[in-house]
Amino acid sequence: MKRWLKPAAVAVLLLPIGKMGWDAATGGLGANPVEAVQNRLGFWTIVLLALSLVPTPAGELLGLAWPQRLRRVLGVTAFAYALLHFLFYVGVDKFFDWPTISRDLTRRPFLMVGFAALLCLAPLAVTSTDGWLRRLGYRRWKLLHRLVYLAAALAVVHFAWRVKADMRRPLLFAGIFAALLALRIPGWVRAARRGRRNA
Amino acid sequence: MPRFKPDLRESEATPEGIYLRRREFLRLGAAGAIGAATSAFPIPALAGPDDPAGEVLPVARKADMAGGEKPTPWKSVTTYNNFYEFGTDKADPAQRAGGLRTRPWTLAVDGEVKRPLTLGIEEILKLSPLEERVYRFRCVEAWSMVVPWVGFPLAGLVKRAEPTSRARFVVFQTLLDPAQMPGQRSRILEWPYTEALRIDEAVNPLTLLAVGLYGRVLPAQNGAPLRVITPWKYGFKGAKSIVRMRFVEEQPRTTWAVMAPTEYGFYGNVNPAVDHPRWSQGKERRLGEFLRRDTLPFNGYGAEVAGLYAGLDPRKLY
Ligand code: HEM
Repeated sequence: MKRWLKPAAVAVLLLPIGKMGWDAATGGLGANPVEAVQNRLGFWTIVLLALSLVPTPAGELLGLAWPQRLRRVLGVTAFAYALLHFLFYVGVDKFFDWPTISRDLTRRPFLMVGFAALLCLAPLAVTSTDGWLRRLGYRRWKLLHRLVYLAAALAVVHFAWRVKADMRRPLLFAGIFAALLALRIPGWVRAARRGRRNA
Repeated sequence: MPRFKPDLRESEATPEGIYLRRREFLRLGAAGAIGAATSAFPIPALAGPDDPAGEVLPVARKADMAGGEKPTPWKSVTTYNNFYEFGTDKADPAQRAGGLRTRPWTLAVDGEVKRPLTLGIEEILKLSPLEERVYRFRCVEAWSMVVPWVGFPLAGLVKRAEPTSRARFVVFQTLLDPAQMPGQRSRILEWPYTEALRIDEAVNPLTLLAVGLYGRVLPAQNGAPLRVITPWKYGFKGAKSIVRMRFVEEQPRTTWAVMAPTEYGFYGNVNPAVDHPRWSQGKERRLGEFLRRDTLPFNGYGAEVAGLYAGLDPRKLY
């Protein structure tokens, strides 16, 4: 199939970083650029996490094949943004202030939850290669990759606990994740039926 | 594109540092004009003028109470605001507060007072000579700035109303008008926003009724036409766009304390020893600086206000 699809996707997925660079150079990040970048990285992490859950139901319900070819790119990019978001927090927002960082990660629930989400995504990124899929076997690989639901739930909680009062955006993402999960139910039902028939 | 019209009165009313920066801006503005003329792309870094705007206020006296620190640029002070009545994004108030009508404006002073007052904004501006006070401003979200407020000590107005012996707190109420304040159309907080001070806090010489910024009339996004400034407290304690001051006997419910009682105490005093569940309060980022600096107890105003809290559990002082 089209060879340009993945490179094009990667280029598009890197656009938010490019925009941040442009805004940083031109004063477009506002009065508190560090906070702006921290939040934008977090925002794009949760957006990509949601997007990485689209290909499977799109294939099952709409019969679309090309989104499936982007599933890995989306998932790995989501992790990359999460990692950047975390590294930006450590190296820029807190500027390697380890005592504060360790206190944050052990006492501040909103950051503990975000960190847990990152820890959920890490093994998924590592095992995203064909080699790991073969080594684990499809069944175990799939089981492991269900961690993405936990990561999504933790991401929403992280977002919700981060805002002070305005829950509209965290609730929007909670709704999006719930919908994406619901869209998978027909596929599961079908798989379960198939499983029974084959048994 | 004549974006500004410098005049003599302004240079007199503006602190010298800012006045000098204005001249620097003139140069930059000229460069920007040339740049814009020669390039298809605007040059955003130069396009946003850091140039105080609005009606000039007559300032009788100036006091630097931020240890000689350079004030945060006008542009940052007026585009980075927590004013949920106009939206929850920091950039919202500057963009959405344009519809706030600050003239005419009346302030009601009532409750436990011998002389209830109804004052128009023009009268309020003439109650006392206006002073400029440069204060540190610390938000509970662990960022801070240095702001040249214009206003007068709230104590004068409190005395004028003659609180009764029963009055122990004064409650400030923000305008409630979803037509002018679009953020009030969603129930993000309990509207109208209310904040309160103990009377002794309200009459402390540091407590300011602010009507201006950088020598100009207070911009809508900063709480026009009048707001409270208590520099030793987190920003949320300073009610904005105030329409009512009510004196009461019992400690009142205040907006953020109602919203999240475990996160926001009544006092809201800057206290690096008591962390907010979301933000460690030991350090803060001064807008415009990269590294965080240590947060000072009472935001560095302990000498003036620590006496107010003698005998209170310091862990409760947040
Ligand atoms: C999968 C993992 C994560 C996701 C999806 C995520 C997502 C988000 C989102 C959506 C926001 C709010 C953005 C906004 O308000 O516009 C945010 C803010 C934030 N995140 Fe994360 N996050 C993740 C992991 C982490 C980790 C591991 C840390 C650090 C330990 C972290 C630290 C922060 C901080 C400090 C903020 C708030 C910045 C501020 O208030 O200025 N996040 N994150």
